[in-house]
Amino acid sequence: MRGSYRAEMLKLVRWPAMWVLSALLLVLSQVFGYLIPYVGYRAGGGSGFAAGETPAQLLADILPGRLVPNTLGGFPMFAGAIALIIGALVTASEYGWGTLKTILTQRPRRLVVMVDKLLAIATMVLVLVLAVFALDAVWSWAIAMTEGRAADWPSVFELGRGIGAGWLILGMWSLLGALLGVLFRSTSLAVGLGLVWALAIESLVRGFAGLLGFLDAFQQGLPGTNAGSLVASLGAPTLDQRGGTPGVTDAVSGPQALFVLIGYVMALALIAGLTIQRQDVT
Amino acid sequence: MSRAGSAIDTSDLTKVYGKHLTAVDRLNLSVRRGEVYGFLGPNGAGKTTTLRMLLGLVRATSGTARVLGEAPGYSENLARVGAMVEEPALYPYLSGRDNLRVIARYVGRPDDGIDAALDAVGLLQRGGDRFNAYSQGMRQRLGVAAALLKDPELLILDEPTNGLDPAGMADMRTLIRTLGSGDRTVLLSSHLLGEVQQVCDRVGVISHGALIAEGRVDELRGRGSILVRAEPLAAARERVERLLGAGHVEVLDGTLRLDSDPADSSRINRELVLAGIAVSEVRRVERTLEDVFLELTGEDPGDHAR
Repeated sequence: MRGSYRAEMLKLVRWPAMWVLSALLLVLSQVFGYLIPYVGYRAGGGSGFAAGETPAQLLADILPGRLVPNTLGGFPMFAGAIALIIGALVTASEYGWGTLKTILTQRPRRLVVMVDKLLAIATMVLVLVLAVFALDAVWSWAIAMTEGRAADWPSVFELGRGIGAGWLILGMWSLLGALLGVLFRSTSLAVGLGLVWALAIESLVRGFAGLLGFLDAFQQGLPGTNAGSLVASLGAPTLDQRGGTPGVTDAVSGPQALFVLIGYVMALALIAGLTIQRQDVT
Repeated sequence: MSRAGSAIDTSDLTKVYGKHLTAVDRLNLSVRRGEVYGFLGPNGAGKTTTLRMLLGLVRATSGTARVLGEAPGYSENLARVGAMVEEPALYPYLSGRDNLRVIARYVGRPDDGIDAALDAVGLLQRGGDRFNAYSQGMRQRLGVAAALLKDPELLILDEPTNGLDPAGMADMRTLIRTLGSGDRTVLLSSHLLGEVQQVCDRVGVISHGALIAEGRVDELRGRGSILVRAEPLAAARERVERLLGAGHVEVLDGTLRLDSDPADSSRINRELVLAGIAVSEVRRVERTLEDVFLELTGEDPGDHAR
């Protein structure tokens, strides 16, 4: 294992902001994925995003058999936004603190520094995805036991596919954040622009896609659309379906979404590497 | 090509920001291996930009630089160069020790040199405190400790005594002298001319991006002059001009300033007394580096930093 990767991991592990964001992601995924639906079920029906759902449907969505789609439902937009903030913080803070010049005057080449930084982000995102799945599994099992239902777990293949998809989606968003950090060299600008893009612009484009043909074609290439489509292809309901969550869409097919997201990951990493290679670090 | 014995060698090194802002202008600098070299210049003279180019942080617009025989930023060479440019830039949420641990991992060194580096700058007891809880002086010292972790052949320090109290500055001067006493080369950029005068073997003065003077400190300071306070002043001046020549005497604040070897003081005193002139003071005036700097750059020493 390279020293610069170990250095990046040490920084991430000791960084309070990363713990806060991780806790936020875990808490939100539990609250909106399990706690509120379960309380809604106990209260006798759905409202808001879960409007029209019967108590039986609400319960079915949070049992172990629906672990993968229920967990992934929040990934394209909400968890993605947190991943984007993580990526932006990791790169942009180095400019803000001036620590990038400290790093670049040590030993590793610039490209190695960036590759190891992105690998560390990917590692952290993987740990987060695993933690979300693990907590969700505990919740769904606890609910099944409480309600006297069978714990029908998804197959290992399904689970692996879900974890992989979650890693790809959050990895892509975190890389977008990291690239924005490298391009703008400012945490606030990178986070602000990234969130506006992820939470507002993509939703607006998807909202108007039905009106204009070119917007429909454009939205099919957007990172959020493809993240949402990948999640939908794994069983998460789209926004206009029963129990759907914002950001989940069936605008493109699952395989296409997979390849587009992989393309985004590669392109974002490449641009970040090339940019840092050419930058004057002042 | 690097000149033999040079740790740093630049040839017409130039950096232009945008289209018109020339930060460094055809700089030719040579720092010999094993010396402590003082790099002086007023605000905006191009010192920090030069240091950044030498470390590969900023790319030169034209010209070349060689650092330990290689192009700036060359990976294997960076492992032999310790640097602190501008403020010590470390992670605010990490302790001093963890900051050094991070640096050690980048460098590829084991952690067992960390306590020695902390000890060298007097931070061993405070190594567990967070960097953002450190005073400015402690941050400076930790920055130096980070630069020392590699046991570097070349140490580049930019204003290392910034924020230090007088005792801390004295400690830092001692540390720099110690560091530069062996084979190690030290390039010290500082606005504290007294500090440079005490610590450095040679000095380069940069102004408007170009090197305007370079040499040993005593060479730059020159031989000094003689100050004479005597009555009547006009008679004293006439007498001294006869001895030294008119071009060597100047009246300044009611005294005579003689451009002469300070060793001539007693002879001049005797001549004046023998001529019946009342001499109240004759003393050597040695130029400080600050005087030299002011003459060369025309800058207020209080203003010049980077």
